[in-house]
Amino acid sequence: MRQVLYALVPTVALHVVFFGPGLLVQIILGVATALLCEAAALRLRGKPLPPFLLDGSAIITAVLLALCLPPLAPWWLVVSGVAFAILLAKHLFGGLGANPFNPAMVGYAVLLVSFPARLLQWLPPNVAGFEPVSLSFVDTLTTILTGTPPARFTWDAITSPTPLDALRTDLALGMTMGEAHANALFSAFGGKGWEWINLATLAGGGWLLALRIIRWQIPVAMLTALFVCALIMSAADAGAYAGPLFHLTAGASMLGAFFIATDPVSAATSNRGKLIYGAGIGVLTYIIRTFGGYPDGVAFAVLIMNLAVPLIDRYTIPRIYGHAR
Amino acid sequence: MLPALLTMVGLAAAAGVAAAFAARRSTADQDRLIDEIDALLPQTQCGRCTFVGCRPYATALANGEADINQCPPGGDATAAALARLLNREARPVDPRFGIVPVRPLVAWIDESACIGCVKCIQACPVDAIVGASKFMHTVIAAQCTGCELCIPPCPVDCIVMRPAPAAELRPGQSSVARETMHALET
Amino acid sequence: MARPSGVQGGLRLDAHKQRSTAHPLRTASPPEHLVLPLDQHAGAAAVPIVAPGDRVLLGQPIAEPGGTVSAWLHSPVSGTVTTIEPRPSPRHHGAPALSVVIANDAMDERHAPAATSSFEHQSAGQLREHLERGGIVGLGGAVFPMSVKVDAAAAHSAPQVLLNGVECEPYISCDDVLMRERAQDVVLGGSILLHAVGAETCIIAVEDDMPEAARALSSAVDRQHDERIQIAIVPRVYPAGGQRQLITTVFGVEVPYDALPTEIGILCQNVATAAAVARWVRDGQPLTSRIVTVTGDGVQHPANLEVRLGTPVSSLIADCGGYTERMTRLIMGGSMMGVALPYDELPVIKSTNCVIAASALDLQPRAAELPCIRCGNCADVCPAILLPQQLHWYVQGRNLEALETYGLMDCIECGCCDYVCPSQIPLAERFREMKPVLLRTRIGRATADASRSAFEARTDRIARLEAAQRAALARKRQAVRDKQS
Repeated sequence: MRQVLYALVPTVALHVVFFGPGLLVQIILGVATALLCEAAALRLRGKPLPPFLLDGSAIITAVLLALCLPPLAPWWLVVSGVAFAILLAKHLFGGLGANPFNPAMVGYAVLLVSFPARLLQWLPPNVAGFEPVSLSFVDTLTTILTGTPPARFTWDAITSPTPLDALRTDLALGMTMGEAHANALFSAFGGKGWEWINLATLAGGGWLLALRIIRWQIPVAMLTALFVCALIMSAADAGAYAGPLFHLTAGASMLGAFFIATDPVSAATSNRGKLIYGAGIGVLTYIIRTFGGYPDGVAFAVLIMNLAVPLIDRYTIPRIYGHAR
Repeated sequence: MLPALLTMVGLAAAAGVAAAFAARRSTADQDRLIDEIDALLPQTQCGRCTFVGCRPYATALANGEADINQCPPGGDATAAALARLLNREARPVDPRFGIVPVRPLVAWIDESACIGCVKCIQACPVDAIVGASKFMHTVIAAQCTGCELCIPPCPVDCIVMRPAPAAELRPGQSSVARETMHALET
Repeated sequence: MARPSGVQGGLRLDAHKQRSTAHPLRTASPPEHLVLPLDQHAGAAAVPIVAPGDRVLLGQPIAEPGGTVSAWLHSPVSGTVTTIEPRPSPRHHGAPALSVVIANDAMDERHAPAATSSFEHQSAGQLREHLERGGIVGLGGAVFPMSVKVDAAAAHSAPQVLLNGVECEPYISCDDVLMRERAQDVVLGGSILLHAVGAETCIIAVEDDMPEAARALSSAVDRQHDERIQIAIVPRVYPAGGQRQLITTVFGVEVPYDALPTEIGILCQNVATAAAVARWVRDGQPLTSRIVTVTGDGVQHPANLEVRLGTPVSSLIADCGGYTERMTRLIMGGSMMGVALPYDELPVIKSTNCVIAASALDLQPRAAELPCIRCGNCADVCPAILLPQQLHWYVQGRNLEALETYGLMDCIECGCCDYVCPSQIPLAERFREMKPVLLRTRIGRATADASRSAFEARTDRIARLEAAQRAALARKRQAVRDKQS
């Protein structure tokens, strides 16, 4: 599991480049919470602390959740999210290897449903065409720990929606795709900053694939399904629906494909089942993004497909040697 | 407010009626359920469950007239399997219906005492006793289910239960043997 | 029959065979006492036909088959039967099994060999009867009585013979050495089996990392002038030598899960079994010895030895220079499917193909068992195309119905899943323990069905008799009424 953390380094690095050091603070808070909660849960369940505490699973949950949160989110968001993920989504169901739902996504879903406004307060990307929001590291830290920005700023001044969020709002206001894309947040094929982060995530995921730590079925199925859905819809009406390249490089597409959906405990079991599972996540992500109530659909798509895993498993048992079916 | 309330109540009522409709089982479905329940029972045909044989017990279970913990020869494993099939709470066998046998038992006739009265032959539900009037009666151990129905009718009390040979399973003692074999080997 | 699929999964393992194959085959020192368990084959134990105090000769039958699936047992030395009593047996991990103990008089006086006319002039049936008396069982490890399989294969309309020289498990090299040094025995055995079952083709399968064995077999086939015998080279993957996997690789068909290879006409025997057949038919020598690999870092000079059955393992270790001070565990079998022996005073039996005196160098320390994280490594390597992670889940919950669905009984216990599990779960061990429970459930279900039929038959009979009685009574009443009117 350590390799999964190494594979996330490019993603984290580019995230910090584009959105500032807030992510690092979130990660530190998240990992600390995760380890504390894990230790407490293990104690309560009567399990030995080593080897479970440092097997990396709790740390990965924390890092993934931190990546989903806005960099300046107040400290209690990541702490409560991670606590929920570790204590409820993981240990209440039986601990390592027994959770039917992806813990990081459960944590994120709880936060999203409880504090929707907070989770939309992202920063503008650190690229040309934007007023740089130059918060020093100390300022970032105080903002996170106190929940309010430094005196000279207001929330409205420093926050900005993500490209997916902006797209939703603009389309709902009646703009066409072309008009919405004129927004400075968008670049040639994706959202500024976000496309690079997604590419870095793709590289990390490719590295994991090469090491055979994850299998190709889920990422390929998910990204293909997402691509195909976006292709069909944007071909039908390019003015109303975003194109496939945008979807592939927006939001948590790559993170979801290579790091979240591939969580082996909550994913389908057989290779054929994994293809169906991945495709389902891709389709649901597209539907929720385009027709649903939230800007990014990866979290709920993963959770819905987690629910479907027992059914998928039941119908995709591979043919055993010597059996007819 | 009122339209919303009426809509909710109406939908709930419609859903309830639909569910009740779906829950009714056709006769064929009921027969299939009885077959499935019967397949889980050990076929000892002993009557300890208060029904005359395994299939009447299966029928009663399917109709909701009996509980899942009435079969001692089936043991707790059968009770658990029945609970899983019928979606009821799993419980151990109720001692009021009998003691769960620890090991498979078969009937054995003491031939020196047998008077050839055929009362045990008439009582055996699976024809496991051979013999005729005034001729020696013998239990075919491989056929005996351990139901003990032959013991009360014998006027000279010459039938006892003995442990079945370990290697073979007795008919009707599938669940018991399942548990015992494992217990003996661990 | 299912469409053929080729062998999936499996592992490439380090062979660890160089040390034991560096020197030619030697003969083990004959011991003073030999202990011969009567149940050293699959099926019913043999029944002794000698008594304590009897003098026996080398090759003399000392026990006859005890059932339909059973085998003869012959004395490996000349000497006196000291006793017939339970003695610790390696087949039962040291637990006692009834054994014939023979004191060796070191004279090796032979029992008169069975008359051996050239086997081609015998009918297939006569040859099969002769084969049965040789006490030959499958020497690949399953020790199934060979003549039972031969009879079954002969009953098929178009049988084929497959000789399994694919010694895929690490550390074991007895078949490799046999093929290098006694290839002509193997090939002759193939010809004999061809005649016995009435087959037209015999394929000898060899791994691709056994070039000397392949060469030796090739020249032996040329010398034998039997064109029906061919050699097939098989990729070195564990467990390519598993019977069903090998049949799929060589013939391209799958053996149905509920059938035996002989039922689809394939007689698959280990090369050592074929060599034993040759020795019995050509030389009149029944199965009284076998080649055993003695290896591992815990023994001074690893070697392959020709060992008489009943020789204690301690004697083999002594023949190989004794233990090294690093020796920690004694294993009978290979590194994937072998079992640990509690001590070395256990006799070599027909299934003893290898003894590993293992040290820390040979053994990988087992870390603490963690929960299954469903990584799927096990499913990737399973040659039976099972989902071991699901089997593990259901073994933990003792869910017998699910274990049936997921094919627990199809597990060949090769240990590949165990090997790749990052959570260090002893999967093959758990499956091996659970299989008898599942088997007994199946048997229980069958016997319950039999009870149900008996009960229903009786109920019907009683109902019929009552109906007949009522009908007779009704007829009588009617007759009375007719008379009165």
